[in-house]
Amino acid sequence: MARMKFLADAERCIECNGCVTACKQEHEIPWGVNRRRVVTINDGVPGERSISVACMHCSDAPCMAVCPVDCFYRTDDGVVLHDKDLCIGCGYCFYACPFGAPQFPQAGAFGVRGKMDKCTFCAGGPEANNSEAEFRKYGRNRLAEGKLPVCAEMCATKALLGGDANVLSDIYRERVTNRAARGTPSMPPWGWDTAYGRPEAPKQPAPAGGAKS
Amino acid sequence: MIKRAFLTLAGAALGLGLAGCGERPQVVDYKQGVYQGKPDQPAYASAPWNGNKKDWELALATRNQNQNEYKRIR
Repeated sequence: MARMKFLADAERCIECNGCVTACKQEHEIPWGVNRRRVVTINDGVPGERSISVACMHCSDAPCMAVCPVDCFYRTDDGVVLHDKDLCIGCGYCFYACPFGAPQFPQAGAFGVRGKMDKCTFCAGGPEANNSEAEFRKYGRNRLAEGKLPVCAEMCATKALLGGDANVLSDIYRERVTNRAARGTPSMPPWGWDTAYGRPEAPKQPAPAGGAKS
Repeated sequence: MIKRAFLTLAGAALGLGLAGCGERPQVVDYKQGVYQGKPDQPAYASAPWNGNKKDWELALATRNQNQNEYKRIR
């Protein structure tokens, strides 16, 4: 049994917002709702870091605990989903969520709050797989197609990983090991070396004369 | 008379004191509610998997490795 998780690597994220755009396009998310966001800390100063944030599909999800109508459920693969037909749009889940994942469409007059919308790990919802009703309410069900979340799959720098937690752990472990091998105890990896940690490239011979033209 | 009043007061104090022992814990105990919505079918229930969970898991595990660039470039 898989345990689906996201993993955001702050060393690699370049704040391109490609994951946000891909998510909105894939599920045809309405204006004003962002299932995924890129959060930047220390913007514009050395040490700036960005991570892509959405529903983290918590193992002990606080949104499930506070929902007064119990519209949340967790699939066998650890994906936290909810039934929009039951949701009353109260917003308790938004207050409970440490990631600000629940979103509420405000397309109506007077700022009326609609039913909650959030990242589904591209797993749809409680409707027939890949049906029109499922797409309209929850977006595309990529898991049923044998695919993984589009945000992680299209991430250019692979800063965002998505899938089975055990597989992600292996991928990240290998990545961190490569990073560590890049530096030395007295000179730890820095900048892009921290992110990618490629093996040392063979040194190019110096041009003849040693001077720039 | 004084003895009776003392005994009454002592009994009342004892009763009030013991009443405190029966106080229930007031720490909130979050209990996960039971899902009240519609049932959902597993991702592998529909075509092309048609209930074949192993094939579905294998497909996902294989596809997951596409996110490992160290394997992709080998």
